[in-house]
Amino acid sequence: MITAKKLAGLAAAALVALPLSACVNQQAAETGGEPAGEGGGEGVTIGIKFDQPGLGLREGDTYTGFDVEVAKYVANELGYSEDQIEFVESPSAQRETLLSSGQVDMIFATYSITDTRKEQVSFAGPYIIAGQDLLIRADDTSITGPDSLSGKTLCSVTGSTPAEKVKEEYPEVELQEYPGYSQCVQALSTGGVDAVTTDNTILAGFAAQEQYAGQLKVVGQTFSEERYGVGIPKGDVDLCNQINDALTSMVDSGAWQTALDETLGASDFQVDTSVNPPEFDTCS
Amino acid sequence: MSAQNVLFDHPGPSARQRNTIITVVGWLALLGLLGALAWGFRAEFTSAKLSPFLEAGTWQFYILPGLLATLQSAAISVVTSIVLGLLLGCGRLSPVRAVSNVCGVLVEVFRAIPVLLMMILWYYIGLYVLVLGREGSPLLGVVMGLTLYNASVIAELVRSGVHSLPRGQGEAGLAIGMTPGQVLTSIQLPQALTAMLPSLISQLVVILKDTALGSAILYVDLLKQLQDLATYRGNIIPAFVLGAIMYILLNSALTAVAHQVQRRLSRSQRGPRPGNPERAVEAAAVGVVAGRGADAD
Amino acid sequence: MAEMLERADFLAAFWMTLRLAVLGTVGALLLGMVVAIMRVSPFTSLQFFARTYVTLIRNSPLTLILFFCVFGLQNSLGMRVGDDLSTQNLFWGVVAISVYHASFIAEALRSGVNTIPLGQAEAARAIGLPFGASLRHVIMPQAVRGAVAPVGNVIIALTKNTTVAATVGIAELASRMKTSIEFFPNLLYLIFVLVAVCFVVLTLPTGLFFTWLSRKVAVQR
Repeated sequence: MITAKKLAGLAAAALVALPLSACVNQQAAETGGEPAGEGGGEGVTIGIKFDQPGLGLREGDTYTGFDVEVAKYVANELGYSEDQIEFVESPSAQRETLLSSGQVDMIFATYSITDTRKEQVSFAGPYIIAGQDLLIRADDTSITGPDSLSGKTLCSVTGSTPAEKVKEEYPEVELQEYPGYSQCVQALSTGGVDAVTTDNTILAGFAAQEQYAGQLKVVGQTFSEERYGVGIPKGDVDLCNQINDALTSMVDSGAWQTALDETLGASDFQVDTSVNPPEFDTCS
Repeated sequence: MSAQNVLFDHPGPSARQRNTIITVVGWLALLGLLGALAWGFRAEFTSAKLSPFLEAGTWQFYILPGLLATLQSAAISVVTSIVLGLLLGCGRLSPVRAVSNVCGVLVEVFRAIPVLLMMILWYYIGLYVLVLGREGSPLLGVVMGLTLYNASVIAELVRSGVHSLPRGQGEAGLAIGMTPGQVLTSIQLPQALTAMLPSLISQLVVILKDTALGSAILYVDLLKQLQDLATYRGNIIPAFVLGAIMYILLNSALTAVAHQVQRRLSRSQRGPRPGNPERAVEAAAVGVVAGRGADAD
Repeated sequence: MAEMLERADFLAAFWMTLRLAVLGTVGALLLGMVVAIMRVSPFTSLQFFARTYVTLIRNSPLTLILFFCVFGLQNSLGMRVGDDLSTQNLFWGVVAISVYHASFIAEALRSGVNTIPLGQAEAARAIGLPFGASLRHVIMPQAVRGAVAPVGNVIIALTKNTTVAATVGIAELASRMKTSIEFFPNLLYLIFVLVAVCFVVLTLPTGLFFTWLSRKVAVQR
């Protein structure tokens, strides 16, 4: 937490910096935070999601989900014990800045590998391949995929990529945006919206939650490919290779499958086995 | 017109009867409404959804940290708002034309921009320009958003407070050889501050309440923690009801303090007594304007 | 920049903000008037209801009231108005904004009542007017005129507070601003200034109008 004094300093700095910062990105590159520690007894800071059951969910002071399990395994292989890991929340909009400023060492947070993101960060993995899908009420037979959505209402999170994609490709769908997927799922379960869209992994996590057991189902018609990578600082090839080795051993030892079954598998969710476990990209 | 009861007669027998009927009907309508709500929400208040609030972990990891963060952002904003508000207020009263004009423009601009817009701006400045990261950026957003707006309101309070003083106060100071700055800081401000104390405290309610906007820029305050809890336990409605109760209790306590201070001040008659009627009218008008901030935002 | 403007569709967002503000103002004025009359009425129970309403609503954040309307009344209880989503969003946004600001309107009207000299009410009583008539012919006309300035200030605050609707995903200016910045971070200041100007366009004329009106209708004493 930041003290009042420090904040007053920051505010003053901000007032000074404001007129100078004609170029936002350049400024961001110059004022980096403390460098990311690698190995050793220092501990490691890992960014995850806090609000996605099955992938990354905060339950009091513990964290559960597939992302978390993979993160723990990789960190372990890199030489960190479990109590050396500090999990922090990395909301979608903050992921690049968190990495480039060195506030987190790695990010396991439903982080799809894209060319735009590669300009700012590097990726290891991917460690699972998901796809955008639809979550609907279990008794709803009218929706079989994105093509049968016209005239239906669809929910996604404000400003998210899935929402933008649907807006562009299926303009006849009515889109409702809420701050979090949990509100979307609540609205779905009470009939406020007809479907929720985002990656099938995230949807499966919500469908498996106790309070919605048996009420919701994932359609199973993915219409995009989301390759979840491990976000790392740009250009750190060594770390990338180490993480890929760790992921390889996780898949080979069967721990990958076990983690998947124990987290997302609870909702009878099946990953697309033709692409999973995935081939890694070359580190660069 | 403060005494309400001059509007109507002391109730006679038939008026009392009517009063009773309206009271009974009113209460029945209210209870009916509450009952309908309770019935409608019966699925939201099951023991499965309420039991998390009996667990220590819920309080330890969600509610108390959230409450603390809310109070922290409010406390910082209160201090920075008062400091900046005093500076802007004094700047606006400055005899140097340029200074008072600049401060005047700043006050008007900060007042015209919605707090949430300001929060969003400073959140992204924190994120992209200053790179304060996951804890700093939202806090910067909340604090700057609240500070700039509330400082402009406080600046107006200062100005109206000083203007409401009898002109003789300032003139007397100048006559004994004080500089305008000394007159302001040692004669006018102390009196103005006393007069504006109740409005200032009700402004604190505004600040505390508006910290709830911070959840929109991912500041992990009470509201955000309750949303996280609701994601985990699927009890969104009970969580929000609890949140509402906590905000209402906190703000009612602050309001009660404001009333207490106001009563004490009016009893001890330390407030400024307007010298001439014209000034009193102006003060009342400005007071209303300044009171706006203390009210609706 | 052209891409940003095209994508953000600020015009539609501005239209949404405008509708929220105008409809919210109408709702807040109506509800606020009812609460204010209850507050000065001879019936102690109605006074109590009005006082409780004002205390509870004034001390709750608007964000929470809006969450309650949308996630509670709309989604959990299934109280839906109209078929399409934008109507529902607008409806509950307007309800939350009206309910919240009605408490401030009621207080502003009451402060208007308080500006009336006691003699006015006493005179009304002395010529035999009952409560309703003295309220309608003597008190309220003066109270409304005295309350113009504070009511105007509440309406300006209401206009600015429509931004809170962004927290439930209503596509108004603040939510558009946030999305646009996320997609075009290098246009941060431009986007902010653009949206801020939109609000100045809404609030500045309102402020000038109410200042003019309050001077024009001011009760000479």
